[in-house]
Amino acid sequence: MEVLLAIIIGILYAAGIYMMLRRSLVKLIIGIILLGNGANLLIFLLGRITEGAPPIIPGESKVFLEAYADPVPQALILTAIVISFGLQSFAIILVKRAHKVVKTDDLDEMNATDEDS
Amino acid sequence: MSTLILRTASNYLLPVLLVFSIFILLRGHYLPGGGFVGGLIAAIAFVLHAFANGLDDTKNLLRFHPGFLMPVGLALAFFSGLSPIFVDQAFMTGLWFPEPFPVIGNVGSALFFDIGVYLVVIGVTLTIIFTISESA
Amino acid sequence: MLTAILLGFLFALFLVFTGKFFRGKMAILSALIPAGLFAYFASFIPKISSGEIISRTYQWVPAFGVDLSFKLDGLSLLFSLMITGIGFLVFAYTASYLRGHKYLDRFYGYLSLFMAAMLGLVLSDNLISMFVFWELTSISSFFLIGFNNTNPASRKSALTALGITGFGGFSLLAGALLLGSISGTYSISEMLSMKEAIAGSEYYILAVVFIFVAAFTKSAQFPFHFWLPGAMKAPTPVSTYLHSATMVKAGIYLLMRFTPVLGDQEFWNTTLIIVGGVTMVYSAVHALFRTDLKGVLAYSTISALGILVFLIGLGSKDAFLAASVFIIVHALYKATLFLVTGIIDHQTGTRDVTKLAGLRKIMMPVAIAGILAAISSAGIPPTVGFLGKELTYEASLHAEAFTVVIVVAIVLTKILLLWAGFVAGIKPFTGKLSEEYTNVKAPDFLMWGPAIILAVLGLIFGIFPMIIESALVKPVVSALGADASEYHLALWHGFNTVLLLSAITIAVGVLLYFLVKPSVKLENKIGKLEFISPKSILEKGTHYFNVFSAFWTNVFQNGYLRNYVTTIVLFLVVLVSYIMFGSSRVVIDHTQLSQVTAYELVVALILIAGVFYTVFTKSRLAAVAAMGVVGLAICLIFVFYSAPDLAMTQFSIDTLTVILFVLVLYRLPKYLTLSDYKMRIRDGVLSAALGTVICLLALQVLAEPTNSEVGDFYAKNAYIMAKGKNVVNVILVDFRGIDTFMEISVLAIAAIGVFGLLKLRLKSTDRSQ
Repeated sequence: MEVLLAIIIGILYAAGIYMMLRRSLVKLIIGIILLGNGANLLIFLLGRITEGAPPIIPGESKVFLEAYADPVPQALILTAIVISFGLQSFAIILVKRAHKVVKTDDLDEMNATDEDS
Repeated sequence: MSTLILRTASNYLLPVLLVFSIFILLRGHYLPGGGFVGGLIAAIAFVLHAFANGLDDTKNLLRFHPGFLMPVGLALAFFSGLSPIFVDQAFMTGLWFPEPFPVIGNVGSALFFDIGVYLVVIGVTLTIIFTISESA
Repeated sequence: MLTAILLGFLFALFLVFTGKFFRGKMAILSALIPAGLFAYFASFIPKISSGEIISRTYQWVPAFGVDLSFKLDGLSLLFSLMITGIGFLVFAYTASYLRGHKYLDRFYGYLSLFMAAMLGLVLSDNLISMFVFWELTSISSFFLIGFNNTNPASRKSALTALGITGFGGFSLLAGALLLGSISGTYSISEMLSMKEAIAGSEYYILAVVFIFVAAFTKSAQFPFHFWLPGAMKAPTPVSTYLHSATMVKAGIYLLMRFTPVLGDQEFWNTTLIIVGGVTMVYSAVHALFRTDLKGVLAYSTISALGILVFLIGLGSKDAFLAASVFIIVHALYKATLFLVTGIIDHQTGTRDVTKLAGLRKIMMPVAIAGILAAISSAGIPPTVGFLGKELTYEASLHAEAFTVVIVVAIVLTKILLLWAGFVAGIKPFTGKLSEEYTNVKAPDFLMWGPAIILAVLGLIFGIFPMIIESALVKPVVSALGADASEYHLALWHGFNTVLLLSAITIAVGVLLYFLVKPSVKLENKIGKLEFISPKSILEKGTHYFNVFSAFWTNVFQNGYLRNYVTTIVLFLVVLVSYIMFGSSRVVIDHTQLSQVTAYELVVALILIAGVFYTVFTKSRLAAVAAMGVVGLAICLIFVFYSAPDLAMTQFSIDTLTVILFVLVLYRLPKYLTLSDYKMRIRDGVLSAALGTVICLLALQVLAEPTNSEVGDFYAKNAYIMAKGKNVVNVILVDFRGIDTFMEISVLAIAAIGVFGLLKLRLKSTDRSQ
């Protein structure tokens, strides 16, 4: 499964970058989201994946009795997911605003600085 | 989107989902869940309600702008971290009531911190979604 | 003592609120601050001269060994008295010089800021706090030089000065950190006892070079000297205060302060002698070619600073004695000359020395001050300047090597300085008054008073040298680590070589004064050589640097997002694959990998299909939906591999993201076909390359052994220390609580940003619609 996951991660990265290279604003944001998903999965994979052993201390015991998944990457990814939501919504609004002002979806027409316009 | 079935259902779904989100929040320390997920579920509950009944209805239901939940949550999280200072412990040391409470279990400063997270997440999500749908 | 230092800062702050009051007639009151401080520091004279050292320490950042520790010994006392004493006179002088100026209060604010910073600098015993004060002097001097901020030349000079001294500041910080790591302390007093250890360290030379660069930039030594003549654009009180008496001496102070720690080494002494020697001769010669009074003074100041560096470099007891006397001498006469120049400029409106003559008829007191200062600068008895010159010659004659060269250099410098002093102090007052200036008004007391006080002090100290001897000079020498108890300052030492040299100096100097008059012709001559001066070389360098930056920016910062992304990805792919394939092959250890079950395979295929559909669909809504599918598939992967918390979060966020997109998206235009076939192929190849590299990288990392020490710690202690059983949640709310707190703050900021972008009208952009 690890190999399969690595391939999925590669595909997510490639798709994210490909979308970012397009000139459309919407595609840019979709690209960022895909890239973020890829990064999350990469961290998850590199922290080693474990099947069926969540990092939760079972029942009445006070410590882990058997193998468990590493909790650190999970904590990292959890915050990353939530933060990426903040980032996405901000980016989406920025796009919306930019679209309203510049009246274009084409990134290439947005490269003028304030002084030029 | 505002069909009769969805509207009726969402009226019942809102309290159920809210209770569920609090349940998720409180059990977070022992089982999967916690402030982030709980807050997101609560936010989804309100968004669903807004979809079915219109934004104004949801806003009336809330009575105040969800943005106010952000400073409240931040303050709660901050003071839960600050509280150990008053008993001569370092900032953010976990403090606990000696006896577990019924239903909830052990109550400590970490729980209040998580509630703070919960409130901030609701506030942030709803502010974003509401703002966008208002000016869309 | 802390109060004494902070007083200036507090007063500057106070001026912000009460500026109006001090702008008018009450301006003179601000002179009370330096006057009070002067009295405060003067009260320490008896204690210090009896050999005591007063120190105070206030904790600041104890964890880094950075304290606000202050030490008052002979050296810092001399500087403190100079700073506050001349400060007092300059403050008073300014009240008249800039009377009615719109920003007089601001000027006083900068001045007192500078005074406080300077006091902090000379009193600090901790290298780091010394650095902080050092930088503060640079910054406040930037404001003072650029005080006439409507004048572009003035702004440019201020920037040059800030650039050079700021560079020196960096160097000081580097030197301080290096010395700190060699000796394990930032306290200068503690370093004194580690002289051998520091000198023996392999980093000794480097540390000394850093300290040298700091001192040379601040004290305008060759080749960093050129900012000082430029700084003469400042109002004259600033030139008097900063650029003759105090700030430029900070470098000298630094060298003297470190003499007992770093000195007495061949590298230290030789470098100082060479740099000081070159500077003193070079700029003394330069002074000959100036017609602007302040230009003459600026170059003669640089030359005097060169003499001081040179004397410190000689490193003998005589040299230290000469240096400490010469600091006093120079502060007295140079400040006087600057004040006199300022008066002339203020009253007549010109500083061109070729036009000025006979002003004694109008401003007799100023003329007296000027002539006294000129005599002192020339080293003619019975002024204190004579003492300084004698001691300097004495020290030079006892130089260990190249004595002849050294003596010739110093005599030549002194002759030229005599000329410069005469030009600035005597020439404007003698001769025939030009008709143009017959109606010039006499200056008021506030202006000529300070000048004459300083000039007369020069005379008094010369006739009665015992006044300064035990109070100021000897404590300085002992602070430098030499013993001067048996030496006595006196005007008359009998007939010897020194007296002969003095006579030659005075005779040749006076002759030179009558033979060579400053003229525009001379100034033009030197102007032709300007292109090889350090200043123009630096300016050319900056120019080309700017051209290069502009070129570089045009290439890489071209405003096209996809070009940035392309560049970054390209570099990433090339670098990572170079390292990966250069070192070892990718090995996949099949034994450690988990099996692929049927439902996992299905989920993976759905995910891949979702990604491809997102990328290639023509409909935006379909793309968003497909993206939602991708998110859900990832969510399932989290479920399979023991991350229930992640699955829940991913699920909720995925839902919200799709809602968000749907809300916004249908307001945005449809996809346009903006790129042609070729571009898509190119981008596709590039992104495929990145994907492959990332995939291989992940596999490569998987082959390496892991270290889950951190995770194990959290898992072990989750219940024991934090009473929680869901380790992920415990990490978030307890172990790494501050991180989470920051995260929710960031979220709140993002939400406020969204709110602001949509709810608040962007006025400028709306108007342009």
